[in-house]
Amino acid sequence: MIRLTNVVKEYSNGTKALNGLNLEIKDGEFVFMVGPSGSGKSTVIKLLTGEVVPTEGRVMVNGFSLNNIEEWQIPYLRRTIGIIFQDFRLIEKKSVYDNMLFAMRVVGASPREIKKRIPYVLKLVGLENKASRLPDELSGGEQQRVAIARALVNNPVTIIADEPTGNLDPARSLEIMTLLKKINELGTTVLVVTHEKALVDRFDERVVMLERGRVVGDGVGKYKVKANA
Amino acid sequence: MRNKSNNKNHDFTYFMTEGFSNMFTHGFMSFAAIGITVACLLIMGTFSLVAVNASATLVKLEQENDVLAFVDESLSESEARALEDDLLALDNVNGAEFITREQALEDYKAQFEDESYFQNLGPETLRHRFLISMDDISLMDETKAALLTVPGIADVNGYEELSTGFIAMRNVATVVCVALIAILFLVSVFIIANTIKLTTFDRRDEIAIMKMVGATNGFIRWPFVYEGFLMGLLSAVIAFFLQWGLYGMVARGITSTDVFSIIQVVPFGSIWYAVALAFIAVGMLIGVGGSLSAIRQFLKV
Repeated sequence: MIRLTNVVKEYSNGTKALNGLNLEIKDGEFVFMVGPSGSGKSTVIKLLTGEVVPTEGRVMVNGFSLNNIEEWQIPYLRRTIGIIFQDFRLIEKKSVYDNMLFAMRVVGASPREIKKRIPYVLKLVGLENKASRLPDELSGGEQQRVAIARALVNNPVTIIADEPTGNLDPARSLEIMTLLKKINELGTTVLVVTHEKALVDRFDERVVMLERGRVVGDGVGKYKVKANA
Repeated sequence: MRNKSNNKNHDFTYFMTEGFSNMFTHGFMSFAAIGITVACLLIMGTFSLVAVNASATLVKLEQENDVLAFVDESLSESEARALEDDLLALDNVNGAEFITREQALEDYKAQFEDESYFQNLGPETLRHRFLISMDDISLMDETKAALLTVPGIADVNGYEELSTGFIAMRNVATVVCVALIAILFLVSVFIIANTIKLTTFDRRDEIAIMKMVGATNGFIRWPFVYEGFLMGLLSAVIAFFLQWGLYGMVARGITSTDVFSIIQVVPFGSIWYAVALAFIAVGMLIGVGGSLSAIRQFLKV
C-alpha cells in the first residue's frame, strides 16, 4: 500500500517539485502515472524509494513511514519494491543469470531459493533460453525483460517502472506493458510512470495525472481523464 | 522480505570471491594501486631500516663508553679483586672487568711509540681498577654515585657528556624517523584511497544498482574491503622481497669497505620477520583504509 498525504517537496535550490500531493495506491492495483516534464513524477519515485524525504506531509510505502525512516531501514524498504528504469541499468559484465543472482545475493537469499526462483522468473518474462547471455547480446526489449526479471526476482510487493518503454519501439513497448500487466495479475502492485499516451490508452487501467506537483486527474480509462479535484 | 537478519551472516566466500575477481576485472587500476603501495612500503621500509641500523650503531658506540672505577690504594690486589661481587650487585651494572695497575700501565704505554718517557714510571703510580659496563648509559650519573658507595672504591671516571650526546642523537634520529614514516604512511593512504576511488568511480553504476535492489552499505562495502586487503597483502609480499634484495645489496656495499667500518649493519636474517610483519600490517592497513575511504562517498545514494 502506498499513501502520500498533502506531500510537499522543496529541494535545497528552492524548486518546489510537489505541492500538496495526495495519492493512494492499494495493494494489487495497476496504476499509470502521467504528466508533463516537471510535473513531479520523478520526485514521487524518489520519495517512494527513499532517495529523498518529504518537506511536508506524510508518505507511507509498504508499511514504512518515509517521514521518520532510519538510514539502515532504507535497504529493507527497497527490498519491498522492484524498480525498472528506461535505461535498464543492468550490469554489463554479468550474464542475465548473474544479474539476477546478484540481486538475490544482495538480500541474502539461500542457494536453494536462488536455484528455484531465477528459472521461474526467467520463464515468466520469456527469457529462459537466454540466461547465459550478456546484456549487450540482447535486444532493447529483451534487456528490459531482464530488468523486469531482476525487479521481480526478490518477490517485491510493488513494482515501480520509470518510463519502461522509453527506449523501445511500439511493438516492444506493448509487449513490456503486457508483461507488467501479467505480473500485476499475479498479485504485485504496479506503478508505471510514462508519457506514452497511445500506450496508456490501450489499457483500461487507473491513470493518475500530475501537473505542477499535484494530482489533477485520477480515474480509470483514458489518458485525458480529468478529475474534479 | 523485511528480515533484517538476512544480512547478518557474513558471506565470507562470496565477498572474498567478489573482491578477488574485482581485482582482476579492473586490472590496470589494481596494478597502479599495487605499484604505488609497493613504492610507499619500500620507502617506509628503507627509512625504518636506516633507523634500525643507526640505532644499532649508536648502541654499539654507547657500549664502548664504559666507566672506570678506581680501587683505593691501600687495598692489596686480592682485596681489590674481591670487590667484583659488590660491584656486580649494583643496579645497571652488567659487567666489571678487573684491571691490575701493572696491566693499566702496559695499556697506557702501548698508546705511545717512545717508551723512554715512562722509564721512571712504576706501576705503583697507578691504581687497580674495574672497567664497568652498564645496561643503560642514560643512568651514568646514578651508577657512578652507586659505585662510589662501595667501600674500597676511591674514585670513578666516566664521560657523561659523551653518553648524553649519544642519547640525544638516538632520540633525534628516532623522532625524525617516526615522523617521516608517519608522513609517508598518510601520503600512502591518500594515494591508495584516490587510486581505489578511481576504480570505485568506474563502478558507481554497479553500486547504484546494488543500492536500488536493497543492498545494505555493509554488503556493498565488504567486497571492496577484501579487494583492498588482497591488494595490500600482495603489495606487502612484493615489497618485502624487493626490500630484502635492496638491503642485501647496500649491506654488502657497506661491509666491503673500511670507510663505513663504524656502521653496525644488522643482518637481515635477524630482522626479516619484523620487516615482513610490518609490511603485511601496513600494506593491509593502507589497502583496507584506502578502500573504505574511497567507497564512502558512493554509498550516499
